[in-house]
Amino acid sequence: MTRSPSPRPPTPGAVALSGVSKAFGAVRAVDGIDLEVRPGEFFSMLGPSGSGKTTVLRMIAGFEAPSAGRVLLGGIDVTRLAAFDRDVNTVFQDYALFPHLSVRQNIEYGLKVKRVPRAERAERAAEALATVRLHSFGDRRPAELSGGQRQRVALARALVNRPSVLLLDEPLGALDLKLRQEMQLELKQIQREAGITFVLVTHDQDEALTMSDRIAVFNAGRIEQVGTPAEVYERPATAFVAGFVGTSNLLQGPCAVQVFGESGTYSVRPEKIRVAHPDDPTGPDEHAVTGTIGEVVYAGAQTRFLVDLEAGGQLVAVRQNFEESGADAARHRGSAVLLAWQRQHTVRINP
Amino acid sequence: MTAPAATRAPDRTPDRLPARTPVRRLAGALHRRPGLRLAALLAAPMTWLVLAYLGSLTVLLLSAFWTTNEFTSNIEYRWTADNFRSLLTDPQYRTVALRTLGIAASVTVIDAVIALPMAFYIGRVARPGSRRLLLVAVLTPLWAGYLVKAYAWWVMLSHGGVLDWVTAPFGGHSPGFGVPAVVMVLGYLWLPYMVLPLCTAFEQLPDSLLAAAADLGAGPWRTLRTVVLPMVRPALIAGSIFTFSLSLGDYLAVQIVGGTTSMLGNVIASNVTLNLPLAAAVSCVPVLLIIGYLLAVRRTGALDSL
Repeated sequence: MTRSPSPRPPTPGAVALSGVSKAFGAVRAVDGIDLEVRPGEFFSMLGPSGSGKTTVLRMIAGFEAPSAGRVLLGGIDVTRLAAFDRDVNTVFQDYALFPHLSVRQNIEYGLKVKRVPRAERAERAAEALATVRLHSFGDRRPAELSGGQRQRVALARALVNRPSVLLLDEPLGALDLKLRQEMQLELKQIQREAGITFVLVTHDQDEALTMSDRIAVFNAGRIEQVGTPAEVYERPATAFVAGFVGTSNLLQGPCAVQVFGESGTYSVRPEKIRVAHPDDPTGPDEHAVTGTIGEVVYAGAQTRFLVDLEAGGQLVAVRQNFEESGADAARHRGSAVLLAWQRQHTVRINP
Repeated sequence: MTAPAATRAPDRTPDRLPARTPVRRLAGALHRRPGLRLAALLAAPMTWLVLAYLGSLTVLLLSAFWTTNEFTSNIEYRWTADNFRSLLTDPQYRTVALRTLGIAASVTVIDAVIALPMAFYIGRVARPGSRRLLLVAVLTPLWAGYLVKAYAWWVMLSHGGVLDWVTAPFGGHSPGFGVPAVVMVLGYLWLPYMVLPLCTAFEQLPDSLLAAAADLGAGPWRTLRTVVLPMVRPALIAGSIFTFSLSLGDYLAVQIVGGTTSMLGNVIASNVTLNLPLAAAVSCVPVLLIIGYLLAVRRTGALDSL
């Protein structure tokens, strides 16, 4: 690669999208997206299915060409480059392992393409297998592996190429809950050790919150908010983000006027809400609202209360099951309660 | 969940199972006895396979060890290996056998070379609508009679025919009647049997595998060589079994467009009335060739997935 004499912006983003759109026929799957992923970052694109997040990933990988806009990798415009000319690797949702090759041959495939000498190839493949804890599986065929093992092989096959950016397309979607939680921690650890930029596509908010340094929340082909997990969760920028990341607890209309004294849309997270007796006093820095418990949902560690507000609307409050168990909580159904939370936990949402 | 107020209260009595008719009783009995189920299902086809197919093959093999009276052409039921001995010693038979093998192999290779890009286009490139049309176009020749197609080729290949007329501007001419004509006609006749399995294989090839190859840096040729061809190989072999065995056994095309050429099929056909035991011995040759081919294919592991 030749060094460009012209001044470049300091530390270009690992991935940068500017004004990227993608239309499939009349459908605008991605609608004018600007995005910058910093080097070494674990970045997640979170959104419901059809929100355009996978299409964005496929445009970064080079499997789709954008209808408009530019894609930059490490500051270099790759918009018109084919997938095989880009320094990124992908972990596919269905793993896409070559069924006619052994696990080792799968992992060595990319190195073979790049004409890495045989000895180094074997060494790096063994190293990659060790990273994903599949030392003794090199000679097996993908069909002989379990889902979780295949997922690891797909990861090793991508990592062994030491790409500058690793793209992961819902990589844990096909695994059961237990394995998924294990792999989340493992992925995060591998990313930290390898120092590679990870871009993850997921529709699972827990996954995004658990693993990411930053999250972009997608909706209908646009980005609603970009921020750290805490920012996205605690300070949702839009009603969509408030609803998609965590439980939608919106106060609006006459109810908002009654509680906050002015109209608008407000959000408060369920675990911030204290469920109290209607006659209990409220603190000076607290907002409070009265209602009736409509439904009690026992969820093991917690109990969720669905409270119908007197002023209209509904709020969900969550209580840890310290002393009371769900069976006891159920008898609260129908009783009048006071919901209170600290003023600082109220988030005003821009319309 | 709540019913509109105007409707009656929902009937909460559970639905009854249907009455136990004789058919349902029989189905229940079969459900309880898997052995009986299997026997009822397989009795007829197994009888047919053993009696009609394996039986006739056995008779064929036995009759190859009989002989005929040279004057009356009547079969004499006397055990002898003379037929096989003359098959092995007479150079004329060896020439015909090798020629037949060569023709069958050429037809298979040519069909594979033509069918691969055709099937790739139909299975991966064409839109669903035109894909159906193209498949129908590939299948249509199978609905026409064998003789019609063979004689159509006879017309095209004959002196002053279409091939002469088309190739004349380029200084060429029809290959005339002979081995090349036989290869062309057989290649044309069996092409659909190669295209169809390949089409299915290309259609079923997951897009993500091609994306993965590109993602790992492989260009189009490398992807074709290391991913696409290995993935469609079982279909290629299935198609080749059709083209190879159909060509080995053919004797009509060579009579129509082969000129003076003869294949194993002709030798068999011309001996059936005069020397049936010899014809039976000759027909063991293509059977052995096919068995040899299948064994060779099996060694490559391509039959594992069939």
